[in-house]
Amino acid sequence: MHALIQAIILGILTGGVYALMASGQTLIFGIMKVVNLAQGALVVLGAYLTYTLFTQLGIDPFLSVLITTPLLFLVGVAVQWALLRPLHSDDVGQLSLLVTFAVALGVEGVLSFAYGTTLTNIQPSYANTSWTILGYQVSLVRFVAFVLSLVMLGLLYLILQRTKFGRSVRATVQNPMSAQLLGVNAQRVSAIGFGLGTATAAAAGSVFGMLNSFNPGSHYDLISRLLTIVVLGGLGSIGGSVIAALVMGVASSVVSALASPIWSDFSFFIVLLLVLLLRPRGLFGARTRGAL
Amino acid sequence: MRAGITRVGLLRAGVFFALLIAIPLVGAPGWILNTLIFTIMYAGLASSWNLVGGYAGYPSLGHVAFFGIGAYAIGILFSKDVHGGYVPFLVLPLIGLAVGLLAVPIGWVSMRTRADVFAIVTITILFIAQTLAFNLKSVTGGAQGSSVAPPPFGVDTFDWPFYFAMVILLAIAMGISFYFRNSKIGLSLATVRADEDKAHGVGVRVTAVKLISFGVSAGLVAMAGGIWAYYVGFIYPQFAVDPLITIGMVLMTFLGGRATLWGPVLGAFILIPAQEYFAQAFGASQLYLVAYAAVFLVIMLFLPRGILPTITQRLRSRRAGLAADAASTVQAPAAGTTARNERITR
Repeated sequence: MHALIQAIILGILTGGVYALMASGQTLIFGIMKVVNLAQGALVVLGAYLTYTLFTQLGIDPFLSVLITTPLLFLVGVAVQWALLRPLHSDDVGQLSLLVTFAVALGVEGVLSFAYGTTLTNIQPSYANTSWTILGYQVSLVRFVAFVLSLVMLGLLYLILQRTKFGRSVRATVQNPMSAQLLGVNAQRVSAIGFGLGTATAAAAGSVFGMLNSFNPGSHYDLISRLLTIVVLGGLGSIGGSVIAALVMGVASSVVSALASPIWSDFSFFIVLLLVLLLRPRGLFGARTRGAL
Repeated sequence: MRAGITRVGLLRAGVFFALLIAIPLVGAPGWILNTLIFTIMYAGLASSWNLVGGYAGYPSLGHVAFFGIGAYAIGILFSKDVHGGYVPFLVLPLIGLAVGLLAVPIGWVSMRTRADVFAIVTITILFIAQTLAFNLKSVTGGAQGSSVAPPPFGVDTFDWPFYFAMVILLAIAMGISFYFRNSKIGLSLATVRADEDKAHGVGVRVTAVKLISFGVSAGLVAMAGGIWAYYVGFIYPQFAVDPLITIGMVLMTFLGGRATLWGPVLGAFILIPAQEYFAQAFGASQLYLVAYAAVFLVIMLFLPRGILPTITQRLRSRRAGLAADAASTVQAPAAGTTARNERITR
């Protein structure tokens, strides 16, 4: 019982970080109908940026979020502007999937060239600090990571709900055609929206780098989990992806505690297939293109 | 485009395969044969992928899972002894059949979704296969890999059996591709690609043709995986279930032209030599990934329809003059793509 509750606590804390990555990905899908296969690679890029800032300049990994987030925002805007915008508009679905995969490969290649392929991780002085609350272990890094993710998600929520830009984003998600007719600049919304989506990868990356060992190839593990989460949550639904991330975080953590860590990823995929069998639109999916 | 067997078509296929058969016989050096084996393998893989991704318009990103299953099947059956060397080739059709049947329920689940979601679901199939390959250690040997017993072929002609096996497989894949184009199955798949709901509405047996194309495609890919495993001798999970193999099939089909007979083959014969060149030029360094990604992006941005459809359209509009220019965009195979895209963007 103790092990189970410990696993659930761990799962919620990890799930929060995945929620942040997945919310960016699902936001991008909502706005542009693009499945961003590069999200995992951008998280790894964020982790390496944090690693460099920490080892070279001694900047605290949590604080470096202030630097990496705007950087990855710019990367996202550049990718959208240079690679996705020129795509022939009548086949965006399949082509964008491949283009973002190419971006992922490119990022992986550049990172392997710059850092090599050995596993690294970010080890600040407080990496091993943990508290014991009612007999349950909560590590400092995981807790702060969870809080940081919540703060970023809150910021994203405020941007979407309280600003003029957010309003045009939501309009575009609901009905791109009407939004354009009402004077929403679709290209601008897409570029900034893509940037926001990739910016979430920055914060998630810093945290990911502290919680896991990583190398440039780690993005395959990440993207498989992220895709499962966004499909479960219903593509395009941010709330859905947050809940799905927490559910999957807990599920995989429980599986790895009770069975073996090897099968924790596997549980992701099995849950996904079961859900698709019973409810092809995902748990909370609004009717999106592509799903039945 | 659905013209049946024409003299030009027969001639083209005859010359192509005669050339392929002649190359080892005239004594081509080993490195050429080696590159060609992989090129022909990818031509076969891309042609098989095209059955699902091109004709049916379902962009599967998980096909390498079946490649891996085929590879491990050969690895498990022939880890100790290859019974004279040719038995594994004779067992291949059975492996193809078994994997094809196995793929039907997988296709049934995943083809309940469409477009992007289908792509994502098939990616998870890839990762499931990878996880299993790494962790079912008693079957696959895990990360240590497993091996196939070395075949007793002579040094000079060692590559020949594998080479001809790949050529035969490519011929089968292209034959099936040709049959699909000229039969009711192909026609049904074209309606699925154009508008699945309407096709279903007018009585096309949508699920049946989708599953046939998925099963056949998976079976062919598994056979290629089997030959590959026998040829390279060692099977490691990261190479047998490599996402780059899936991406290779997709990219080659896109480059040559989706839903065409020769497009995937053309794509493979351009990309694999290019890839070999990059690997040579940049050595083991990962810059090769960057170069590959760059080629990838250039194709997607400048040739989104693929080489063959673009050329056919150019030729046609030149022949028909400017007046018919607009009309030519409504002809196959571009017709398939355009019609399907309407569904996607809707």
